[in-house]
Parts: sequence; C-alpha cells; structure tokens
Amino acid sequence: MPRTLIEPQFTVEHLSILDSDGHLDSALEPPIAPEEQKRLHRGMLLGRRFDERMLRLQRQGRIGTFAPIKGQEAAQIGSVAALRRTDWMVPSFRETAAMLWRGWPMERILLFFAGYLEGGQPAPDQRDLPICIPVSTQLPHAVGLAYAAQYRGDDAVVMAYCGDGATSEGDFHEAMNFAGVWHVPMVFVVQNNQWAISVPLKKQTHSRTIAQKALAYGFPALQVDGNDLLAVHAASLEAVERARRGDGPTLIECVTYRLGVHTTSDDPTKYRSTEEVEAWERKDPLTRFSAYLRERNLLDPGLEEAIDAEIARAVAAFEASGPPDPLAMFDHAYATRSASLEAQRAEMQARLAPASGSATTAPVTNAPAQRSSDEPAPAEHQSPPMRGQRRPWRS
Amino acid sequence: MAKLNMVKALNLALLQEMERDPDVLVIGEDVGVDGGVFRVTEDLHRKFGGTRVVDTPLAEAGIIGASVGMALYGLKPVCEIQFSGFAFQCFHQIENHVARYRMRSQSRFGCQMVVRMPYGGGVRALEHHSESEEQFYAHIPGLKMVIPSGPRNARALLAAAIRDPDPVIFFEAKALYHAAKEDVPDEIETMEIGRAHVDRPGTDLTLVAYGAMVRVAREVAEQLHEESGVEVEIVDLLTISPLDRETLVASVRKTGRAVVVHEAPRSFGPGAEIATSIMEGAFLSLEAPIRRVTASDLPFVGFARERANVPDVPRVLAACRETLAF
Repeated sequence: MPRTLIEPQFTVEHLSILDSDGHLDSALEPPIAPEEQKRLHRGMLLGRRFDERMLRLQRQGRIGTFAPIKGQEAAQIGSVAALRRTDWMVPSFRETAAMLWRGWPMERILLFFAGYLEGGQPAPDQRDLPICIPVSTQLPHAVGLAYAAQYRGDDAVVMAYCGDGATSEGDFHEAMNFAGVWHVPMVFVVQNNQWAISVPLKKQTHSRTIAQKALAYGFPALQVDGNDLLAVHAASLEAVERARRGDGPTLIECVTYRLGVHTTSDDPTKYRSTEEVEAWERKDPLTRFSAYLRERNLLDPGLEEAIDAEIARAVAAFEASGPPDPLAMFDHAYATRSASLEAQRAEMQARLAPASGSATTAPVTNAPAQRSSDEPAPAEHQSPPMRGQRRPWRS
Repeated sequence: MAKLNMVKALNLALLQEMERDPDVLVIGEDVGVDGGVFRVTEDLHRKFGGTRVVDTPLAEAGIIGASVGMALYGLKPVCEIQFSGFAFQCFHQIENHVARYRMRSQSRFGCQMVVRMPYGGGVRALEHHSESEEQFYAHIPGLKMVIPSGPRNARALLAAAIRDPDPVIFFEAKALYHAAKEDVPDEIETMEIGRAHVDRPGTDLTLVAYGAMVRVAREVAEQLHEESGVEVEIVDLLTISPLDRETLVASVRKTGRAVVVHEAPRSFGPGAEIATSIMEGAFLSLEAPIRRVTASDLPFVGFARERANVPDVPRVLAACRETLAF
C-alpha cells in the first residue's frame, strides 16, 4: 500500500503593516478612526510610563517584585483593544498595559505588587481574571469561561494571554486541544518575547513558529509583528470577530521582545547580549506608532505630562492608603469560615492586639471549636478526671 | 424511598441537582454516553445531552482547568476524575486554582465546583486504581474534602457539595459502590458538610473512621460488644476537612480512648491530625494513647498483597483491645 498524503501541507501567515522603518502597507492598514488611534497610543504610553514608574518604586523598596512589560505594549494594547467590556480577559502576569486598558486602577495594581491580595480583586462588573502566576495554567480557565459563555448563549469572547515559555507546558496544549474540540469563542494571544527568563525560544521549541501549534489542534492561527500595533490590532479584531460569530478559536503569535528584565529579581545581562537588546530597541513599538501618529498630526504634545501626572496621583493615593487590616486574610478563603478557622482567626486577633487586659483574655485555641451562633451550644462537659482516677474498663 | 446502592444513590443526587439547577454540569472522561466507568453518571447524557454531560478529551488538567473557568462564569461543574490515582495530572489545577480563586480574587469569584473521584482499595485493581490519597486534599486550604460511607449519606453529601459555594473534593470508596443497599428517600435530601456523624453510640472507646473503613469499624464494634460487652462509639467523619473536632472531642471526653482507622499511609496522614485534635481537646480525659490503624508507609503494594496492608477487622480489633487494656 503506498503512503498517501491525507492533509495538505500547512502554511503560516505573518502579518506586518507598519514596519520598524516606518514603512506602511496601506492596503493592509486597518480602518481605525483617528480618535481610536489616539486612544490606542495613549494606552501604550500609559503602559510604558507606569511600567517605568513601577520599576523605580520597586528599586526604592516601595513595592515588591513584578514583571515589567517594556517592549510589549503593542502586543498587549493591540490585542486587548479588540475586546468589548462584556468580553473576558485572562492575563498571565506580564499584562499590565492590557490590565490598565481594561480599567484596573493603578492604585490597585500597586497594592497587589505591594503584597496585598486586595489589589488582585477585579471590580464586581469587571470580566477580567486576576493575575495568574504559574505559566499556562490560566489557559484552561479561559476555555472554561468560553464554554460557559456558549452554554449560556452569551456572545462574549474570551482572550487569554501567555508567553513563549508557556507553550512548552502541558496546560497550554490541553487548553488548545479542548478549545479546538469544543470550538469555543476564544483568542489565544502568545506574546513571544523571545526569552523565558534565560532560555531563548530556540531551546523552548523546535517548531518554526508558535502559531503553527494551533494548526495541529484544528483551528487557525497567524503570526504578527508584535511590535506593530496596527498588525496586532487588525489580527485581533479579525480573531475576536471570528470567535463572536461562532467560528471558534484563533491563536495569535505576537513576535515581540522583552526589552527589560524578566522580573525585578533578574539580571538579563547574564544571558543575552547588549547588541541584541539594542537591535530590538530600534523596533520599539511605541516609537513606531508615535511616528505614525505624528505624520498624521494626531500626537498630543502634552500627553506624556498628563499621563505622568495621572501616575503620580495614583502613586500618592496608593501610598496614602493605610495598610489593610491583617485579619482580612481570613475573609476570603471560604464563603463561610469553619469553626477551626474561626479559632485561628481569634488566635491571631489576640496576638495582634496591643498588650492590654483584653489581649490576655484571648480565646484558648485548644478549646473545642464553636458552632455558629444560630445553633445551640453543646452541653459543657464536666471536668474530666485525671488519669488513674478513672476506672479502667477491664476491671 | 428506594433501596439503592451507592452508585445509584450518587446518580440520583446528580439527576436531581441537574433537574433543579440548569447551571449544574457533569464533565469528565467517559461520563457521557458510557455513563462513567462505574456508571455513576448513567443515563444523564440521554436526559440532559452532551452539552451538560460533557465527554472531555482525556486530560485531567484540562477537565479541572476548564471547570474552573466554568465555575468563575457561574456554572456549577461536577467533574469526575476516573480514579483518584490519576488526579496528580490535575493536582496543580486543584491546588493552584480550584482552592485559591476565592482568596486570589478576594471573593470576586468563588469556585463552586465538585471534583468526584473513586478512591481506595479492596477491588483487586492495578496501580493508580487502589490508592487512598485524601490527605493531600485535606491539607489544602480553600478546599473541602468529603468521603461518604454509604448510599444515603453519599447522595445527601453530594447534593450538599454541589450546592456548596466552595469547591469540594468528593471521594467515593470503590469498595462501597456495590457493597450494600440502603433506603434512600425519593425527595431531595442534603447533609451538612463539616459535620461528623456518631454512627454508633458507645461509652468505652471512640473508633474514628470514614469511607470504606466505617464498615470495618461497625464489625469491630459489634464483635467487641458481643464478646465482652464493650460499647464502642463510632465517629464517621464524613467530612475530612474541615474536620469536626467538636464531635471528636466530645466523644473522647466521654470514652477516654480512641482508635483512628484509615486506608491512607500512616505518616502525615489524616490520623495524625485527628489524634492531635483529640489530644488538644480531650487530653485530661485520655486513659490510653490514641492508636492509628492505617496502611503502611509504602507506595502501592499490588492487589495480591493489599489485604495485608489495608486495615481489616482483626487489625482494628487488636488495636481496640490493646487500647482498652492499656
């Protein structure tokens, strides 16, 4: 029996509209209204300036470790801006620009990176998941959200982010496979920033592109110049529209670069060359789109100052807010605290109270746990006899 | 009222909860057309269709991860992991996300879902089909861990687990699936999660057990009663976490003696937490050291040797006699 070809060979499209030299392919230029172009630019600039401010705050010890986004503004804003407010955004941990676009207040993000979980709480009407740190594990959640949207008959689309390193994890593949089989309204955005901490893409995968991995799961994908806002946005609008009309998931590989550190605990000079970084700095997404707007007279000269003032106000508000109540840590583990957790909370409360009469009358933790107040208290047992006073059973 | 085995009783709970609440879904491997390898989801696919009774690709992390997303959206997935031995393929999803979403999102999202898994030995099965691994889940803050001991409480606890706003890991003893039939009321019945049940009142020794070990405990209690008039009190935990310390402590304050039985390996197992809780709450009542009768600290031993390793009536009986004679 001869070997037969059962599938045509695949191809992967690469989309670039505005290249790093400022050349524009006007045939591919998406029809974006000037006001929207300004808004997209503002989103990128806010992402950049806030990121830089956070880096200084971290170096000063005013917030903790975080993952800077510098260089990935177009990949994030170009994609997230294709969503409606009623759509869902599922971030990993390097999506600050996208989060700001979705309405996360800067004070809240700062609070999160200052170590308070309160900062990770989405607003009640916000359809964003909180930051997810174990890479790729958020992707199956996005598939489940998209399944649920379909189940309920909502027309919501789910956009989920991950990086190039995440594409090596099992959850990436399980999520892609489920998304393909279930044909869910979803867009995977892979920010291929070339480095997973110190490991370059060529050690991460032997595939020519990340985009082609989606083809194996039976749904379309394309690779875009991730530093080209127009290309990312055009591809994202197309993918979101495809998902919304019921034609299933899409993967968009944004080829970009992390210009800064992996996190503030990382020293990238150890694993990559200055020349490489400089080459990518010349492809800076913000410079490129700013030039595009400048040519069209759409660049607001006072924008940077206005954004910096907005950031300064947020930092001041963050630092002026007092530390949240430590005992609030007991409020969100379960819908209702168990008796044991209630006792542990009381123990902490007593420990945290200033040394005074009330602190010394703290509840004793080895007392049997209390039932909730609406139930009758169990009968108190009499003081048990000491060992030796009790008659052994066998006698 | 119908006489049902545990499989049928669990099936009834799923059926009634799905009829009651359109947000309840069943999801897992072979749960649809096949009705589950143990038939717990039998006929649900026929009644509710493939969108609500979802045969998934063979991928545990995908099942749990996708269910997390569904739960965040407001659905109430009931996941089946075919055997608890395979749950390590999704353990990261359970520990990293199922247990933590309420905390991480500061109650913006709950993760109302149930993960059902058959667990335990006694069915002459292969590796990964016979283990008792409840201790892993009981140790994770943010989860509840439930193990019923018979058809009626299995049905009532599963219904309660489905309605619980927090995620519940629900272990079903394979050895009990077809072991016995009980009267199970036709109308919906639920039981409070987090409450142990005094299965047999007694005054001389507290025997703590759950799941398939409750059967062993009952036999031991009966034998001790018949041979020497000892009144054993059996505390059937039903919920492993949060542990009902109050019932345990009250029982041992009365009896002064305690033996804890479980199928899981001994070290760092549930018995350690149970014994410590008793010690903390009933120290001055204790007349003898608390004993544990458990499996040895070994990986799966092969089903041919399983009976020597898993607690049985003679071993528990011997431990009780020694405790009484101390």
